[in-house]
Amino acid sequence: MLSIKNLHVSVGDKPILKGINLEINAGEIHAIMGPNGSGKSTLSHILSGKSGYTVTEGSVTYQGKELLEMPPEIRAREGVFLAFQYPVEIPGVSNIYLLKAALNSIRKHHGQSEVDAMDFLTLVKGKVRLLEMDEKFLYRAVNEGFSGGEKKRNEILQMAILEPKLCILDETDSGLDIDALKIVSEGVNSLRSTDRAFVMVTHYQRLLDYIKPDYVHVLANGQIVKSGGAELALELEEKGYSWLEDNQVAA
Amino acid sequence: MSASAQEVNNLINQEYKQGFVTELETNTFPPGLDESVIHKLSKIKNEPEFMLEYRLKAFRHWQTMKSPKWAFVDFEPIDYQSISYYSAPKRKEDGPKSLDEIDPQVLEAYKKLGIPLDEQERLAGVAVDAVFDSVSVATTFKGKLKDVGVIFCPISEALREHPELVKQYLGSVVPHTDNYFAALNAAVFTDGSFVYIPKGVRCPMELSTYFRINAANTGQFERTLIIADEGSHVSYLEGCTAPMRDENQLHAAVVELVAMKDAVIKYSTVQNWYPGDKNGLGGIYNFVTKRADCRGDNSKVSWTQVETGSAITWKYPSCVLTGDNAVGEFYSVALTNNYQQADTGTKMIHIGKNTRSTIVSKGISAGKAQNTYRGLVKVLKSAENARNYTQCDSLLVGDKCGAHTFPYIEVKQPSAQVEHEATTSKISEDQLFFCQQRGLSAEDAVSMIVNGFCKEVFKELPMEFAVEAQALLGLSLEGSVG
Ligand SMILES: Nc1ncnc2c1ncn2[C@@H]1O[C@H](COP(=O)(O)OP(=O)(O)OP(=O)(O)O)[C@@H](O)[C@H]1O
Ligand SMILES: [Mg+2]
Repeated sequence: MLSIKNLHVSVGDKPILKGINLEINAGEIHAIMGPNGSGKSTLSHILSGKSGYTVTEGSVTYQGKELLEMPPEIRAREGVFLAFQYPVEIPGVSNIYLLKAALNSIRKHHGQSEVDAMDFLTLVKGKVRLLEMDEKFLYRAVNEGFSGGEKKRNEILQMAILEPKLCILDETDSGLDIDALKIVSEGVNSLRSTDRAFVMVTHYQRLLDYIKPDYVHVLANGQIVKSGGAELALELEEKGYSWLEDNQVAA
Repeated sequence: MSASAQEVNNLINQEYKQGFVTELETNTFPPGLDESVIHKLSKIKNEPEFMLEYRLKAFRHWQTMKSPKWAFVDFEPIDYQSISYYSAPKRKEDGPKSLDEIDPQVLEAYKKLGIPLDEQERLAGVAVDAVFDSVSVATTFKGKLKDVGVIFCPISEALREHPELVKQYLGSVVPHTDNYFAALNAAVFTDGSFVYIPKGVRCPMELSTYFRINAANTGQFERTLIIADEGSHVSYLEGCTAPMRDENQLHAAVVELVAMKDAVIKYSTVQNWYPGDKNGLGGIYNFVTKRADCRGDNSKVSWTQVETGSAITWKYPSCVLTGDNAVGEFYSVALTNNYQQADTGTKMIHIGKNTRSTIVSKGISAGKAQNTYRGLVKVLKSAENARNYTQCDSLLVGDKCGAHTFPYIEVKQPSAQVEHEATTSKISEDQLFFCQQRGLSAEDAVSMIVNGFCKEVFKELPMEFAVEAQALLGLSLEGSVG
């Protein structure tokens, strides 16, 4: 589904990603861990098309197409979804309005008609229940005055409704309380399917207890310094990152 | 946002959809302004003597005045001698008696603007007065309105048929000495709508006027007068468009509203005059004086405006709250893009006891545009327990535009409560990216955010207008991101 080859990315003349290689197939769950400032969010942004970065080397293909050449809204319509580490507020625009506009633009892209108002409401309310949210959130302005955890849950609500193919979750777990983490994880698990892949950026093993990854990668200083199975996360929990970075320096 | 830059460029070059010119045989005065022009104008309109005198008085006063400089707008001095003060489609002696007598080209023009004048085709429930350059060419549903005693006709016709009413109220809210453009208008106004709602009548349909500038090198000087007698209700809408031309054209209107005891007037505007091209060439100078006198106790006037057009807008729809418990409201969306300039706001003058006013202003600035809110809340000594609430929000799209707020507050009555809230925000790159990441184009995202920003004002508009206003806003913002 996604193939990242020797990806180098800079901001200004500061190199941030320094040769990332990653293969992700449909149905897989990949966890990306790593110290603060190592480039995890940068990778999420690059995949979703945020401006302000320069790709200096490498390529990314998504479903056989050159991902980096697609405008961000086309990537979204083709199924790339980013649950933001810091979701923005949009005063004046209700959550439900945004959801409908987003869903319709995606449907239109796939040659489908606009969603029927009743069907839409049924769909949305179902997902709201799944994530144990209050329906009132639908009519509030997007993220405005939401608590940190509410914002994160709102991201997952959007994901559940838009049903993307490649779901990138940037630290969705941080800010969630213990119960919320469980609910959100169940929401994510309900979306698991053989034609959908997940990239989960996280600092904590806790999330991975709920959503078991197929692969764990450690990103340090702009490179993937180690990859392994779910057990790697446990090892990291115990030892931290320093032993890997030392390796990296030696390599 | 380089990915969408090309898209944006394409949109920027889209045409102003109402920018066409109708080729017509017209009766047009040569350019120039002196007393003989005013005599000629009054004669061609077959006006009563008092009107000619009023015009001449206004003209003489105007000549002693100077063009105002205080507004936050910038333009070359206007050469008033280069403007023609009258232009009308050629027609039979007393004007058309039925639609068959109107120049088919004019009918076609209105059709193209989405305002078919044929009553069968009209939305039921909206009567239209169509003003084309200097004359009203048609007024629909006049008969039906007359049945309930409502007078809705061109002001030129009212001057002939109801001279006493016009004489009593014309200039009673905006005197001919009020300001430079009001004085000019009093001297040379050509047409506009006249509305009289008798005591206790709730007008059975929305009334509307559609102003169209067509001729080149002319000014449009419209005059509207609405009188709502005791206990009556009326909702009135106005819309405006003009062809695309490289020269600026002047539109200097005066609108006067009078609300007697317990009367309610709701006045809504969707202003879409040609704004000029993306380099700031051409466009309408929209210099307008609009004022309501809430003369009777418990009267209420509500102004709602959506201003998206014009190269320059200079306009302050105001309420003089004379009667006790009178209510004044002003809801405004003013959008400027490219090189447009708007200096707009309101004045709320509290005179009666327990008078209340609400001001909600939403200014949106994109491109290299300048958008200014200027508002005055004045509470006189007599206005015990007066209350005002003002909310004034500015939204910037991009970083080359400007928003300015000048609230003036003068309170002479200690029991008055005056509240003012103001915010300025900017559509951020992060907001746009977030929306794009959810599948929306940058244009749609801006339009969605702007519409959200204006929601409080749009909900004040009559249904059909709200839809039109939203669409217009989207159109006017095209090319604003990149
Ligand atoms: N616009 C920018 N300008 C300058 N430096 C930037 C910019 N964006 C990212 N960086 C830098 O790139 C590095 C990687 O940032 P990134 O946000 O990708 O880290 P992260 O791995 O997500 O960290 P965290 O775990 O704290 O979220 C950091 O050193 C950051 O300061
Ligand atoms: Mg991060």
